[in-house]
Amino acid sequence: MLSRVAYTLYWMQRYRERAENTARCMNVNMLLGMDLPYYQEKQWYPMVQISGNEKLFKKRYKEATEENVKEFVTFDRENPNSILSCLSSARENARQVRETITSEMWNELNTMYLFVNEVNHNRKKLSSFYSLYNRITRQCQLVTGIADTTMSRTDAWHFGRLGALLERSDMTTRLLDVKYFMLVPDPEGVGGPHDNIQWSALLRSVSGYEMYRKLWQQIHYLNVVQFLVLDKDFPRSIISCLDRITHSLTDIANDNKNTISKNPLNQVLELHAQMSQLTSKEIINRGLHEYVDYLQQKIIEIDTTIFETFFELRAFPGQTQKQMQES
Amino acid sequence: MHFNDYQPNSQCYDELFDADGKARDCAKVLIERINQLAKGEIQRRQQAAELALLNMGITFTLASDQQGTERIFPFDVVPRIIDAKTWQAIDTGLQQRIRALNLFLQDIYNEQRILKDKVIPREIIESAATFRKECVGLKPPKDIWCHITGTDLIRGADGVYYVLEDNLRCPSGVSYVLENRQIMKRIFPSVFEASHVRPVVDYAEQLACTMQAVAPEGVTDPSMVVLTPGIHNSAYFEHAYLAQQMGIQLVQGGDLVVENKHVYKRMTDGFHPVHVIYRRIDDVFLDPKTFRKDSLIGVPGLMEAYQAGNVTLMNAPGTGVADDKVVYKFVPDMIKYYLGEEALLPNVPTYLCTDDKEREYVLKNLETLVVKSANEAGGYGMLIGPASTAKERKEFAQKIKDNPRNFMAQPVVQLSQVPTLIGNRFEGRHVDLRPYILNRGSEVFVLPGGLTRVALKRGSLVVNSSQGGGSKDTWVLEESAC
Repeated sequence: MLSRVAYTLYWMQRYRERAENTARCMNVNMLLGMDLPYYQEKQWYPMVQISGNEKLFKKRYKEATEENVKEFVTFDRENPNSILSCLSSARENARQVRETITSEMWNELNTMYLFVNEVNHNRKKLSSFYSLYNRITRQCQLVTGIADTTMSRTDAWHFGRLGALLERSDMTTRLLDVKYFMLVPDPEGVGGPHDNIQWSALLRSVSGYEMYRKLWQQIHYLNVVQFLVLDKDFPRSIISCLDRITHSLTDIANDNKNTISKNPLNQVLELHAQMSQLTSKEIINRGLHEYVDYLQQKIIEIDTTIFETFFELRAFPGQTQKQMQES
Repeated sequence: MHFNDYQPNSQCYDELFDADGKARDCAKVLIERINQLAKGEIQRRQQAAELALLNMGITFTLASDQQGTERIFPFDVVPRIIDAKTWQAIDTGLQQRIRALNLFLQDIYNEQRILKDKVIPREIIESAATFRKECVGLKPPKDIWCHITGTDLIRGADGVYYVLEDNLRCPSGVSYVLENRQIMKRIFPSVFEASHVRPVVDYAEQLACTMQAVAPEGVTDPSMVVLTPGIHNSAYFEHAYLAQQMGIQLVQGGDLVVENKHVYKRMTDGFHPVHVIYRRIDDVFLDPKTFRKDSLIGVPGLMEAYQAGNVTLMNAPGTGVADDKVVYKFVPDMIKYYLGEEALLPNVPTYLCTDDKEREYVLKNLETLVVKSANEAGGYGMLIGPASTAKERKEFAQKIKDNPRNFMAQPVVQLSQVPTLIGNRFEGRHVDLRPYILNRGSEVFVLPGGLTRVALKRGSLVVNSSQGGGSKDTWVLEESAC
């Protein structure tokens, strides 16, 4: 397929996934706040950390109040990771590849963006943040569902899925990292009732609470880490994302035999193999923060190789890079 | 909500009602059904249509997206209806006109017989801004230059259809025809079924067939693309829509590269050849090596590949010379010259400002005439005499004297009207009609229907979307229907 189109599909789904994850996290955080004891301050700043834009937040807002964080994370157009910005980018990307995706997908993305944009302009239409986040999460899932049920499993679908899965793994690492700072600063203090509430919230942030419970009836941080990083069956765990990334890259590689010089597939397989040998205990011993850092680094490397292999402008065979720029 | 108090305008032709205020035969079913609708129902359906268009993203942006203000092109739920016999005459007339225009283009870039025989003054062609010297001596596949045409027709108070303009470059709007139809079927299913309307749904397939038919010689399974300037173009929706409906790729200039006079597209697995390009970029932006050097949306070297016959461009570069508004006057002469026939669809009477006598007439009668620039579109660069101020007329008179070749004038034609939903009532509004014609040599296909553009302002004769116009679905009825 066209490199530009592949690139656009990849980012369309990354942005869509980012909006979905952010909305889900915000809801969980709101609910979590209600369960915390009255003397414990509600934590909103971590939501800024998760979205990865602390500098910008500090520039634009004085305090990490609930109101400010909600504004920044939901509607702020200056924040490229706000839900509205992500939906706008996802939709602009979708517009660029309208002929490649199905009309149903475009309609759904478009309708969702128009709705959130409308709410932003007219706050009277905002009945509650809870229902707004819920609706965004649902409509994002709908886009994924529509893609899965209307698009042929050709490169277009695979590149979109790659974007979504890389974004999803990245988000899971961020969630772990932020919760780590809140929860495990002192390994001795792990396991109190509020910890359990926090770890449950983390599971809910990835819609994983119920599936976790089916495996372990007690919330234990070792099991949570096992579940979110290493569980082969849970669709939002990092290793299961890597599984499907492998599948998509294999399919893409079969269709694109003649170009693959550096294969991102090898990188993914290598990481996957490493992870398959690990236990959550080893991860904690190594330092969760350090390990999560390492995973993020790997995800960035995979993203870069995907870009260089499939998206980047290349010179025509026999033409030098310089000639290409001149023409 | 009903038509009982609808008053057709006696100054012009009403498409749905006769002079006595009775529904025309072709419109009886529609009018009856609308009259039976419950109060508020038609407005509800109008809103449903608008929401559907918004959700489909068939919009244009007024300010930057930062403000998020997007508008749909206004759509009116009352269709324009054309009976089978009337349409048959339009269809035949358009086929004739396209054949003649295509022969003219082939002639003008090759032997120039029509100039040698002095049917058209040579200086008019040579001074045309859209004459492309780069195309001289070219013979595109199957000798087809204008593959896709959107001819603007208007219907006068006499009920006669006239050709107002030939759009032979990159006529847009056909996606509205297709989408309007989809929406009408959804919101008026029973009326639609009872009316026996000819379908327009196969346009994309016809277009794909046309592209296939004009592949470069020796290419049996051509790789075809639609070339768009990008998402900021006001017709981007249409480019994407047509590519999607045909199942071919939508490319931007940067996706294509020319190597050794062959065109390739940049794919994830390397470079693949391209054979037929339905380009929605104006001639002058196509290739910065040949035309405007500052074009960022074109493909360097594309014209060389085209001249070498390795790629087909639709429409061919250079077709604009045939829809120059001054050359327009000579189309009936072309028909006679090339086909030996009388024009079936008449032109609107036209005065050329290059002719001393006619210019004098124009300058004396600016108040009653419409003056148009030779190469402007979208309702720009024109003077509508009856609606103009003395100052505007003075300025235009000067422009005409400075550059008579660039202007022509026509009497004001009272365009026909169709009832249109305005607030809580139906009022007549002026319309034109743009049918779409595909030319693949062996056959000229006319899409039954076309874009009916409607001037939503009371009394206004300007239907362009850039000037506050909207659109309606156009129903061409089956032979048996009425």
